[in-house]
Amino acid sequence: MEAEDGRGQQVRAVWRFGGLAVSVGILLTAQPLNRLTAQDTTAGRVVYVKWCAGCHGDNGAGDGEGAHRMIPPPRDFTGAIYQIRTTASGQLPTDADLMRSIDEGLGGTAMPGWKSRLSDRQRHDVLAYIKTFSTFFADTSLRPKPLTFGKEPGGGTGADALKVGRQFYDSIGCRKCHGDQGRGDGPSAPTLKDDAGHPMFAADLHESWRFNGGGTVGDIYHRLRTGLDGTPMPSFSDLLDQKFLTQAELWRVAEYVRSLSPAEAPVVRDVIHAPLVTRALPHSPDDSAWTAVDAYWFPLVGQVIRKSRWFSPAVSGVWVKAVHTADSIALRVVWDDRSQSPDTAWLGHVGRVLAALDPDEGTQEPPALWPDQLAVQFPVAIPTGMERPYFLMGSTSAPVYQWRWVSTARTAAVAGLARGIDRFDSLPSTGVGAQSVYDHGQWRVVFTRALASPDTASQLPFRTGRAIPVAFFAWDGSNGEHGTRMAISTWYFLALDVPVPARVFISPVIAMVLTLGLGMLVVWRAQQKTTFRRKQ
Amino acid sequence: MKGRIFSVVGGMFLLTVCSKGDRSAVQAAPPAPQPAAAASSDVPADGGTITGKIKFTGTAPRNPAIDMSEEAACKAKYKTSPTEENVVAGPANALANVFVYVSAGLPANAKYQAPSTPVTLDQNGCRYHPHVLGIMVGQPFEIINSDPVLHNIKAIAKKNRPFNVSQPSAGMKTTRTFSTAEVMVNLECNVHGWMKAFLGVRSDPFYAVSGEDGSFSIKGLPPGTYTIEAWHEKFGTQTATVTIAGTESKPANFTFAAH
Repeated sequence: MEAEDGRGQQVRAVWRFGGLAVSVGILLTAQPLNRLTAQDTTAGRVVYVKWCAGCHGDNGAGDGEGAHRMIPPPRDFTGAIYQIRTTASGQLPTDADLMRSIDEGLGGTAMPGWKSRLSDRQRHDVLAYIKTFSTFFADTSLRPKPLTFGKEPGGGTGADALKVGRQFYDSIGCRKCHGDQGRGDGPSAPTLKDDAGHPMFAADLHESWRFNGGGTVGDIYHRLRTGLDGTPMPSFSDLLDQKFLTQAELWRVAEYVRSLSPAEAPVVRDVIHAPLVTRALPHSPDDSAWTAVDAYWFPLVGQVIRKSRWFSPAVSGVWVKAVHTADSIALRVVWDDRSQSPDTAWLGHVGRVLAALDPDEGTQEPPALWPDQLAVQFPVAIPTGMERPYFLMGSTSAPVYQWRWVSTARTAAVAGLARGIDRFDSLPSTGVGAQSVYDHGQWRVVFTRALASPDTASQLPFRTGRAIPVAFFAWDGSNGEHGTRMAISTWYFLALDVPVPARVFISPVIAMVLTLGLGMLVVWRAQQKTTFRRKQ
Repeated sequence: MKGRIFSVVGGMFLLTVCSKGDRSAVQAAPPAPQPAAAASSDVPADGGTITGKIKFTGTAPRNPAIDMSEEAACKAKYKTSPTEENVVAGPANALANVFVYVSAGLPANAKYQAPSTPVTLDQNGCRYHPHVLGIMVGQPFEIINSDPVLHNIKAIAKKNRPFNVSQPSAGMKTTRTFSTAEVMVNLECNVHGWMKAFLGVRSDPFYAVSGEDGSFSIKGLPPGTYTIEAWHEKFGTQTATVTIAGTESKPANFTFAAH
């Protein structure tokens, strides 16, 4: 943070000095007003070089230092092709469109929002500078004009409206790329590329908080109308112009798409509460017993600590539920994955992903049919203090206990000890069960084990009422992920809740009753004495 | 796709019939052929003609088969399994789908009026018809969908504004124009990864696409010395220099090497 502040001061200093020089320059030369534009972009260049060029490149071609660690790659400004616009497909974005992307960033990508980091002046300057990378912005015949979007019709969240939305979702072909259930797993999904041939995922419509242009119904409607230029997502405006669809019907599609995601972006809660269930342990991922259990969401990020690092993980998070009985635990992990790996249909995509990323990270290897994997990690024993093993799969001296599931052996899990990211020793007769379901772009896996452990030295004995550290790792084989190329989480906690004993509730009641009774007795005695005295 | 030559030139010329491609396999009717001539102010009525044959040496690579199992409506339009059209060859190694145009030699200030007749690209049987086509700057480019399935039409361009529009229903029609000469603008459908077409945009009417017999003809050229470029999507480009003195007809033959 201090370094950031320091840099901020530097920028401000440069700015002040630059501003002064510019003012002096104007006074001295008394240049006509149009020179001001050039001076604006000079100021914008300072901001650009400092904050943007690292990814977008010195010449705005999207080829900065960080570019080969990103999918999708940073925007190439030289072609003036922008995804997030309010204008028709093929038109330039308005300044307001560009400012929106600068301010808010692009969800689900490496592009952060700059509203809180740069001043208004800096953001306006850098916007003006970015436009100088393309001659299209200088062409006055190409002045962008926002589309007329109209207002969202009412009743959009009702069942009938969503049914209409779903009907058009199917009929206008959204499912071709986004899939039947909207998880980006449609039949055309493995072939998607951007204009430059980089691999592209169709958006997982269940994660509205990661939509590039924002996750409100209005945002979605705008994207349907304008398309995302440079990507496979087309504009659907011609449908309205040619009366194949009405505005209201297209709004219904947007409402339906929005309804696939939670109302609010999921919030990380650190502790997974696993209630005690009195019925049988739910072994199946789709056991109805799971519906009553609270789900916890944990974000995953690329493993960028140890080589080969991985900057482009496909699994963005896991949803976890857990329950236990008197003697066993069941842990259900659910995550969206566009492919049931290994799948030959995705081999071309794997090749494109590896080709797009930094070859220094081992991505020069030929594409192969890797499976999907998931690992759940615990310490070997519940720690007594604050200290936990190294979150990234432990170390030689302090191993961690893991359950590993692989999509090629769907009803089995292996337990073992990880001693660092590249060493996993499986344990014999581990007693860990697994069942899995792949369903329209989603894996659901249930792990089960006895609470007690026959081998307390290496296999964690689960205890109720204690905070048990837990972490998650996921691999999407069809995204080129295997070995150290994976998505990781940090440590969270699992707590096997015990029902609160009845005496906790009854004792205070008894105490209150006794107190009340004693109080009344005292008062009664006092009143008795008073009466006695009066009689005397 | 890469390393494409963007020739800079003012230009002149006249369009010929676009390639018939491999339409025979499709049962549905092909679109009307393109107009043979443009109403062009600076095109002499009795100019010279360049004609030629385009061939290739070696063995043409096999066009990959298209798996249309996801699109029953398209698949039903074929009697035999459809293939891509990367290299369309005729008898005696004749090469179709070569875009031939005047890349240099036209008077710098000549102005050619774009015809109002549109150039039509049809999506039929989940393939583009024609596969390679030419158009003048400002001339309407009409994209029609003859399939009852979703197509999106993405134009990937550098000098022109790119676009990406969807046509989820049969009978839809989208019309666009191009503002600048560009060889080539790539057209693709992202729903059907095999669908590709190539559009040569010229500011003059002096271009043609070779037919299945490998022949092409560029008419109405005023006297002058011209660089003729032939572009093929797989085999790259070749150039030839041709001098036209009057109303004569001059040959320009090209031979590509299959690699």
